[in-house]
Amino acid sequence: MLDFTTNEIKERSALRVNPAKTCQPVGAMYAALGVHKCLPHSHGSQGCCAFHRMFLTRHFKDPAMASSSSFTEGASVFGGGSNLKVASKNIFDIYKPDIIAVHTTCLSETIGDDLNALITDIEIPEGKYMVHCNTPSYNGSHITGFSNMISGFINYLSVKTDKKSDKVCVFPGFVNPGDMREYKRLLTKLKVPFTMLPDTSGVMDSPMTGKFEMYPKGGTKIDDIKQLGECKNSIALGKFASEPSGEVLKRKCGVEPINLPLPMGVDATDKFIMTLQELSKEEVPSDIEEERGQLVDIMIDIHPYTYGKKVAIYGDPDTVLGIAAFALELGMIPKYMITGTPGGAFERLGKELLNRYAMEDCVVKVESDLFELHQWMKNDPVDLMIGGTHGKAVARAEGIPLVRMGFPIIDRYIHSYQPLVGYRGAIRMAELITNAIMDYQDSHCDEKDLEMVM
Amino acid sequence: MSSVRDHVLDQYNSRVYKNRKEHVITIGEKESNEVVANTRTIPGIITQRGCCYAGCKGVVLGPIKDALIIVHGPIGCSYYAWGTRRHKAESDVRDGEEAKSYLEYCFSTDMQESDIVFGGEKKLKQAITEAVSIFNPPAIFICSTCPVGLIGDDIHAVAKWAEEEYGIKCIGFSCEGYKGVSQSAGHHIANNQLIRYIIGTGDKKPKKQYSVNILGEYNIGGDGWEVERLLRRCGIEVVSVFTGGTSVRDIKNAHLADLNLVQCHRSINYVADMMYEKYGIDWIKVNFIGTESCRKSLTEIGEYFGDEELKKRIQEVITDEILNNADEMQYLKSKLKGKTAALYVGGSRSHHYQTLLKDFGIRTVLAGYEFAHRDDYEGREVLPDIKPDADSKNIESITVEQDKKYYRVYLTDEQKAALVEKGVKLNYYEGMFKEMEEGSIITDDLNHFETEEFINILKPDVFFSGIKDKFVVQKGGTLCRQLHSYDYSGPYAGFQGAVSFGKDILMGLSTPAWGLVRAPWKKVPVLSATLGGEE
Repeated sequence: MLDFTTNEIKERSALRVNPAKTCQPVGAMYAALGVHKCLPHSHGSQGCCAFHRMFLTRHFKDPAMASSSSFTEGASVFGGGSNLKVASKNIFDIYKPDIIAVHTTCLSETIGDDLNALITDIEIPEGKYMVHCNTPSYNGSHITGFSNMISGFINYLSVKTDKKSDKVCVFPGFVNPGDMREYKRLLTKLKVPFTMLPDTSGVMDSPMTGKFEMYPKGGTKIDDIKQLGECKNSIALGKFASEPSGEVLKRKCGVEPINLPLPMGVDATDKFIMTLQELSKEEVPSDIEEERGQLVDIMIDIHPYTYGKKVAIYGDPDTVLGIAAFALELGMIPKYMITGTPGGAFERLGKELLNRYAMEDCVVKVESDLFELHQWMKNDPVDLMIGGTHGKAVARAEGIPLVRMGFPIIDRYIHSYQPLVGYRGAIRMAELITNAIMDYQDSHCDEKDLEMVM
Repeated sequence: MSSVRDHVLDQYNSRVYKNRKEHVITIGEKESNEVVANTRTIPGIITQRGCCYAGCKGVVLGPIKDALIIVHGPIGCSYYAWGTRRHKAESDVRDGEEAKSYLEYCFSTDMQESDIVFGGEKKLKQAITEAVSIFNPPAIFICSTCPVGLIGDDIHAVAKWAEEEYGIKCIGFSCEGYKGVSQSAGHHIANNQLIRYIIGTGDKKPKKQYSVNILGEYNIGGDGWEVERLLRRCGIEVVSVFTGGTSVRDIKNAHLADLNLVQCHRSINYVADMMYEKYGIDWIKVNFIGTESCRKSLTEIGEYFGDEELKKRIQEVITDEILNNADEMQYLKSKLKGKTAALYVGGSRSHHYQTLLKDFGIRTVLAGYEFAHRDDYEGREVLPDIKPDADSKNIESITVEQDKKYYRVYLTDEQKAALVEKGVKLNYYEGMFKEMEEGSIITDDLNHFETEEFINILKPDVFFSGIKDKFVVQKGGTLCRQLHSYDYSGPYAGFQGAVSFGKDILMGLSTPAWGLVRAPWKKVPVLSATLGGEE
């Protein structure tokens, strides 16, 4: 397995091997699926749309509906304006969404299609909407695309107003429907009225009813996006996936953002809960406090299995930082933290976390890839990997367990229904990590050492 | 049945109707079953089609294990083709020559904005230098993505440079996503370069008396390995496979085989045709999916070689394989007989699997191809009638000449005529239609709307398609099995594969959860009332 990966590290400046990121448009497509009755539209050649739908479907095991401008060579020469025009007519005619959310591709970006102008020229049926964002694949990553699409919705729809409500706008970060449900539960418990943008729960984890719904019940309502300007604050969860959207809402509508890390682990969830408490001026309900207590109780119970264990964490920047924060709380050593997504803040925030726990000899690297991570592991091994599916060959090659968290997980089921965020999410993370370590012990220890009680 | 077709198409606006009516037909409704295929998808219509790059890199080149494929472009294109197609392969040694497998790796130049603005050739060269230094591959393929063609990077010049600089084989594939109308253009581009630069460059002669190449077999779920096992059992040498589990090491000797077997006609017919022209190698269309078609294909291979001993051995193998699986096949047939199916797959499986379904007594009510051409539906006799349009003209079509050194004729004209007498057709594919029942519906480039509508009306017991459809269809209450990836099962080829396939269908239909969809409280009235005076 991965026989060409050796411990001899050679400098690379051009060849990306086994990436830890993908391109912008898939993130934009995922964000757009989190708006009610929205059809994401890929302005480029068919392959992009096909790949992105395939990838989202494989992660969520649920339909990911989206359309394409189906560029041919002609469109690539003369521009995709007429493709978009024809597409919008057909989409409103046949698939009847309330809103089409267009994102670009490296093709339409390279030829310079001006989406603002193109959309202005399109006749949009009464009461329907068409918005867009630019997602050049040669820039940023799927995380950038996700946040760009959210900004696109705000730019087109949200209105600046003097009217203020009690509502808070929540930018959830690039997380699963299970996480979004957990946010909503906590917000409701803390009595904070909110609009969450996007909200893929009820869309990408929709139930089996015997009838396919092109637009399931979930998703942020268009009217709620329009009214985001009335929010008293926004909460942007995650530096990379959410903060830019908070900035856009501030610029456009003057809504002051509160920037927080993804609420993963005790400390980050505490910060999230404290923020909600401050916003609602309500006391933290006893059952939330009970959950927190359960979590800490569990962490103390399991510490003999987690303490001092070295872990390699890879994936999306906000998620990696969140997992690392919790791993540190468990007494683990986040030996390697990598992301493929560019952005210097990752290394800074990662190092801050490490410093807080006086961790030395750990590596945090942005714009890295799984090949590089594997090479480091060859030189200085770890006990465990945490990340998406694409690390499975590395884990197998090194004979260590892999705990699947983040995006994409295309070789397991159910993960997207369950949270990683909040105290409950942390309890789940603790269970996943401990089980992996303990299962490994059970299957690898000497027979005479197999423990009945652990 | 034509009313079914009309009912679905009548819901379109006039422009879409005008286009789609040519792609959707009912078999037997008109004198000739003519369908329009390989034309543009209308923008906005939710198609399942992919792009040229997907057909070139994803389908044809991806499985070649000892070629290190650098995708020149932004990160996504390479990322999505990383381990996602189940074309299995492993490193191996053949006659002392190793073919390593790079399939666990994903390579990209990860182009950034500055590369788009200032050109990406420099980065591509650097990436090749790094690939050579770290991985030491015998061959590097460069696949272009959309922006590369637009900014004008000359990947072929870079490939030439790399060959001179590093003494390895390096080939460029200009398979930008926007070319053509589907994956099909990419197949053609890949085929062209394989015949130009790889086939015919080796000189390792087959060892056995009878040898073949298997064309259009991508070893999904291990299908190719199963077919190779069968052929080996019959005493036939497999020189190379295009391209499942294969290597540049093997493909370069393909011209030394006696016969080409074509499984997927759509993706590889260009290679088959050009090898016939250049090396004189005949091809026969085979189908190793389904017991009856497997028996027929193996028998025809025996007839081609005409050796009585070989023919006897082939029949022994067939009998043995059929006997080995007879009980299970009979059981499965007893369970599956009378069911109906709809198929929508790439360019050949929609045909191949109909014969396997027939083995179980399952009737096909609808079939369509994602990226096929008319000949895949109607048979190669329509080739002269297909007029190239602007999109297909953009895809290079190359002509080859007889190879002075390697051209040879295996069968005399008399022998060929004798074969035709026996029903073995050389260098010919009959297409899907001829095996289909009257009244079945054909949909070329089936889209989301039509999928839902036809399923609602035709109510097949199982729909065979891909991942983008799968959960749409299942949410609607119909079992959907992926025929691109076999839902991570397989192999389905050969006699044993037929059993695995049948078991998977039966499993899908029998899963208890289908019976739990409606909550019990939905089946009883909410309010219970009592009549006045009753207690």
